Amino acid sequence: MLNIVVCVKQVPDTTDVRIDPKTNTLIREGVESIMNPFDMYAVEEALRVKEKHEGKVTVISMGPPQAESVLREAISMGVDEGVLLSDRAFAGSDTWATSYTLAKGIQSIGQFDIIICGKQAADGDTAQVGPGIAVHLNIPQITYVKKVENIENGNITVERLIEEGYEIIEASLPCLMTVVKEINEPRIPSLKGMMRSKKAEIKAISAADLDVKSEYLGLDGSPTQVVKIFSPPVRQKGEMFTGEVSDIVEKLSNVIKEIK
Amino acid sequence: MKVLKSIRILEDKCVGCQACLDACPYNALYMQGKKVKIDYDKCVLCGACISKCKFEAIEILKEAGFESVVPLKEAKGVWVLAEQKNNKVQPVSYELLNKGRELADELRVDLTAVLLGSAVKEEAQRLIHRGADKVIVVEDTILNHYQSGPYSAVITEVIKKYKPEIILAGATTIGRSLVPRLAIKLNTGLTADCTALEIDKKSKLLLQTRPAFGGNIMATIMCQKHRPQMATVRHKVFTEAKEDENRKGEIIEEKVSSELLNTDVILKDIVEEIEETINITEADIIVAAGRGIASKENLTLVEELAKVLNGAIGASRSIVDAGWVPYSHQVGQTGRTVCPKLYIACGISGQIQHLVGMQSSDVIIAINKDPDAPIFKVANYGVVGDLFKIIPALIKYIQFSRK
Repeated sequence: MLNIVVCVKQVPDTTDVRIDPKTNTLIREGVESIMNPFDMYAVEEALRVKEKHEGKVTVISMGPPQAESVLREAISMGVDEGVLLSDRAFAGSDTWATSYTLAKGIQSIGQFDIIICGKQAADGDTAQVGPGIAVHLNIPQITYVKKVENIENGNITVERLIEEGYEIIEASLPCLMTVVKEINEPRIPSLKGMMRSKKAEIKAISAADLDVKSEYLGLDGSPTQVVKIFSPPVRQKGEMFTGEVSDIVEKLSNVIKEIK
Repeated sequence: MKVLKSIRILEDKCVGCQACLDACPYNALYMQGKKVKIDYDKCVLCGACISKCKFEAIEILKEAGFESVVPLKEAKGVWVLAEQKNNKVQPVSYELLNKGRELADELRVDLTAVLLGSAVKEEAQRLIHRGADKVIVVEDTILNHYQSGPYSAVITEVIKKYKPEIILAGATTIGRSLVPRLAIKLNTGLTADCTALEIDKKSKLLLQTRPAFGGNIMATIMCQKHRPQMATVRHKVFTEAKEDENRKGEIIEEKVSSELLNTDVILKDIVEEIEETINITEADIIVAAGRGIASKENLTLVEELAKVLNGAIGASRSIVDAGWVPYSHQVGQTGRTVCPKLYIACGISGQIQHLVGMQSSDVIIAINKDPDAPIFKVANYGVVGDLFKIIPALIKYIQFSRK
């Protein structure tokens, strides 16, 4: 019987968020909020571990009240329970305060054996919160997991993706792992799952419910601060090569030669 | 309530120009009469509005809730966490030394590299040749290969001892697993994947600029009250520091207590996948294939072009999902981010998820039969045409011109 906790984040669909180069302001029209795509693999892996070894999967998120929808999405996939850490006191959290708050939230749920996170969030791309939670909880961390090989006798063996291939790593439970896309193919929610997710009760936790120090929360608990946002430099409109294949090839070859 | 005082509109300064309304990613600002108001249910205190207000009418009151382990006033010096594999320093470390040297010179402080491994003293000398004034070396067989536990414990210890003000590390699988741990242990801030680093003229603090929202927006971040200020940087963002064999420096051998070397995970094996010799994040040239190549068999065409150019193979998500190419070649949001000197996109339409993974390449060539393919928006050179005609001709042309 394994207690598995999955950390998920609600993010704007990043393909939609951009800055209008003329006015230098954010275009928000029709930007939808979705579950961080990398977290889908984390949810799926938790469900697979549960199916193989028995246990309970709890999904947890820190965010505004509307982040509830990603917890319901996870429940529709088969997760047992959803917990939302939501409080104005959490606003302005960078990765330090976020990992602290999530670690405290996970502790408040009770026993846990495996914590699974996506490798990073698609809006911030920092990949810092997973390792941060592991340090706050003082448990082993395994990042970039591409396969869970085995779980037995309180140990987990996984394959961890590195630039040259992969490592085979064993850790004792409880531990935290972050997973990459290669690990699985997330399932589509069943109709039954969707019905259940609509009715499921999401446990709401505020700062007052947690054993936390307020100086570690939100803006005050965040060493970093955004001081400016702007749109990335726009690439000049490229040159198009047209004409006979031989002309095109010659031009391409000249471009390549200059680089080498 | 604590939060209500964290951000506020200074009504005497607000002229109602509404510039901040458009800057807010969360729709948390609105007009009431001629003044801006904040919807505290929506505001996440991201600070995006602050720099947009020309009248300094928005104020975020931020207190340092806790102090960093390294005292703010004692921190001095710029560090680069060098990365080694098989006791060979990785190129990203030389890139960081180049930028680190620049920052150290501007601050008039030393540039120090930190190198952990099992037999790395010789390599330490190279770090001096590439610009380090000092190299702190910690050697132990346990440190031969990266492991989160001992690496973060050892580096935390040397940071506590020497108290640097800035630390740069590679945004590699090692850096991205290690440095977040240091940030928590040392109670300080970390900015991942910076694409620009500079010293603010006034405050002498590190301005850390990075893409956010999948590269559609750039954000500049500061770590004002905590030390060290830490940043990770991807491969190829900065150029390598030049080697100068006459450069002199000091190598400091640091001994650490054995309990720091305890590991909570066991590295049982490392499996190298040698499908091709070049790691795509390190490649200078990438030839990438997408749906336009039509079948797995046609991949040989792309492979051949990569071979004559001595480049690596990249792939769009669709052909990875189709099983034509292994995931390790996937470029884009759910794959790798690359910035080679040359990226040749063959039959890739250029979905935004792909573009965010390759648009910072120096030069992009796109070959696609659809003139409206989004890939042409980021391409420096575009060819609308049949890649099955163009690529073989290009291979022949290159081979011929070398003879």
